[in-house]
Amino acid sequence: MSQPPIVIIQHLNYYFGEGGLKRQILFDINLEIYPGEILIMMGPSGSGKTTLLTLIGGLRSLQEGSLKVFDRELRGASKEQLVEIRRNIGYIFQAHNLLRFLTAWENVQTALELHPDVAVEDYRTKAESMLKTVGLEQRIDYYPENLSGGQKQKVAIARALVSHPKLVLADEPTAALDSKSGRDVVGLMQQLAREQGCSILVVTHDNRILDIADRLIHMEDGQLALNSSISDPEA
Amino acid sequence: MSRKLFLAWLQLSRERARLLVALAGIAFAVVLMFMQLGFQAALYESATRIHQSLNADAVLIHPRSRALISMNNFSRRRLYQALSVQGVDAVIPMYVGLGTWKSSESQRDRAILVLGIDPTKISLHIPEINQYRDRIKLEDIAILDRVSRPEFQPFVREVARGEVVKPEVNNRRIKVVGLFTVGSSFGSDALLITSDVSFLRLFKSREPGEINVGLIKVKPDVNIPNIVVNLKKMLPQDVNVLTHDEFVEFEKNYWSKNTAIGFVFTLGTIMGFIVGSVIVYQVLYTNVSDHLAEYATLKAMGYRDKYLLRMVFQEALILAALGYIPGFAVSLGLYDLTKKATSLPTAMDFSRGLWVLALTILMCFISGAIAVRKLRAADPADIF
Ligand SMILES: Nc1ncnc2c1ncn2[C@@H]1O[C@H](COP(=O)(O)OP(=O)(O)OP(=O)(O)O)[C@@H](O)[C@H]1O
Ligand SMILES: [Mg+2]
Repeated sequence: MSQPPIVIIQHLNYYFGEGGLKRQILFDINLEIYPGEILIMMGPSGSGKTTLLTLIGGLRSLQEGSLKVFDRELRGASKEQLVEIRRNIGYIFQAHNLLRFLTAWENVQTALELHPDVAVEDYRTKAESMLKTVGLEQRIDYYPENLSGGQKQKVAIARALVSHPKLVLADEPTAALDSKSGRDVVGLMQQLAREQGCSILVVTHDNRILDIADRLIHMEDGQLALNSSISDPEA
Repeated sequence: MSRKLFLAWLQLSRERARLLVALAGIAFAVVLMFMQLGFQAALYESATRIHQSLNADAVLIHPRSRALISMNNFSRRRLYQALSVQGVDAVIPMYVGLGTWKSSESQRDRAILVLGIDPTKISLHIPEINQYRDRIKLEDIAILDRVSRPEFQPFVREVARGEVVKPEVNNRRIKVVGLFTVGSSFGSDALLITSDVSFLRLFKSREPGEINVGLIKVKPDVNIPNIVVNLKKMLPQDVNVLTHDEFVEFEKNYWSKNTAIGFVFTLGTIMGFIVGSVIVYQVLYTNVSDHLAEYATLKAMGYRDKYLLRMVFQEALILAALGYIPGFAVSLGLYDLTKKATSLPTAMDFSRGLWVLALTILMCFISGAIAVRKLRAADPADIF
């Protein structure tokens, strides 16, 4: 990788609980994510994958070690700085987490409104063309309750990618989907990552989607496995 | 056609049924507040109708008098003494008493307010009354307030048909020959006006020289406050000198301070406020907790807490405005109904409209402020 990494994690430790209940969840994590790469993180349940993801996403405060996203140190970052970083990350959740009282295009627009450089009069067209890109041009005015699981997840992808974030974090994006929709969804993520040149970190248990990864890493008991740089999962 | 999303409205309007229930609840609270405040104002209004129409620039009363239904006597000489003050034009004595009205053995006695006026002078600026001045000069002749309590309506109708009603007032048979319009107060069931002579026959223990209200007219272009000051200086402490406006205030004061009535209506208004607050709180709280994961998602995406707070308060404001409108309309109808059913002059006025609107907004904001505390539970780290 020639370009500098957009995420650099060094000697990161993380603990849950206080005092006697304090329990270490992440142990000496070191990881770099490069521009445009798709990284898949696997590992047993409870190993700390989601915790690491929320730390990278600026949703939890750092305790020990260093974590830089877009060249900005998250350790000791203010609430305001974290908000700023979050606006430049796309999030895709296991549950789609769409706003139920908004239609598909309105949900996508919520992401656009966070970016002052997007003109107000472009909101609607940008949201619609993004939905078109994910194949939902017929469902623009639908409320989430009238969409299938796969369609909802596609709206969520449209929302995560419409403002062209440099980094997308996805936590088990296919877990709630049947295998065909799951395939569709990851295919879409891969295609958009290529087009927009963004990096994607996917946490998954789903073996069927591993082929989209440029790199595969394993989390085990809060530690990243040493063989995490194997680039060909098929091998 | 592209614009920012009005999330507050989109969220509220998405659930029609819940919105309608909320609006009905707020409208109910608004009606409750309007009715309480309306009754209160109408009471004060009707209790001071007579005061307001007195033909007087200043008024003498006994210092211990508390209200029209509770007037002490003072010497008529004090009123004539007032004539010696520079600028005083004329004085008119007036008798006031609470009597009982009995029309037939079967019906129970009713408390009525009786005014004894000098039929040779104009005591009240009510043309209907003045037109009967000659007729009430005759003994035991009286005229009755048309807007007395409903129990009196049969008599009112009879008199209106031209018949003479002959009730017993304080066990003396009198003739009611005419009607006028003043409006009932809470203190008595009806208002009867007779001549001073007839009054003294009805109230046998009363002396002609002991009056209840002394009306003072000043000459044109004379400064009334100055005269009141001079009257106070000149007259002994056994009478109080009030301006016309002060006499109106005096009556209002009685009802608001010395009885529980003002308190009761204030309490009623507070109840309405609380009921409304609880309803709005319920709606906003359920809205927030139902959508907690969505709020957390917005936070994760980079929306600030401030934005979400504002959204909840906008919802509060929308609820207040939309609930107020039907509440206002229903109140107008109920005021009208009350006026017809009770002859209480309930009516909407601008400042009360504004005041209730302000209370409604405050109510929604307080509820909003409590409901947003739930927003803190929306932790973006928990939604992955
Ligand atoms: N808020 C919390 N407070 C305390 N402990 C927590 C909290 N969240 C997670 N944990 C614990 O931290 C450990 C790691 O959790 P994490 O959610 O990161 O695992 P994971 O690898 O994502 O698991 P899964 O595959 O089941 O999603 C688990 O033992 C979990 O019980
Ligand atoms: Mg997890």
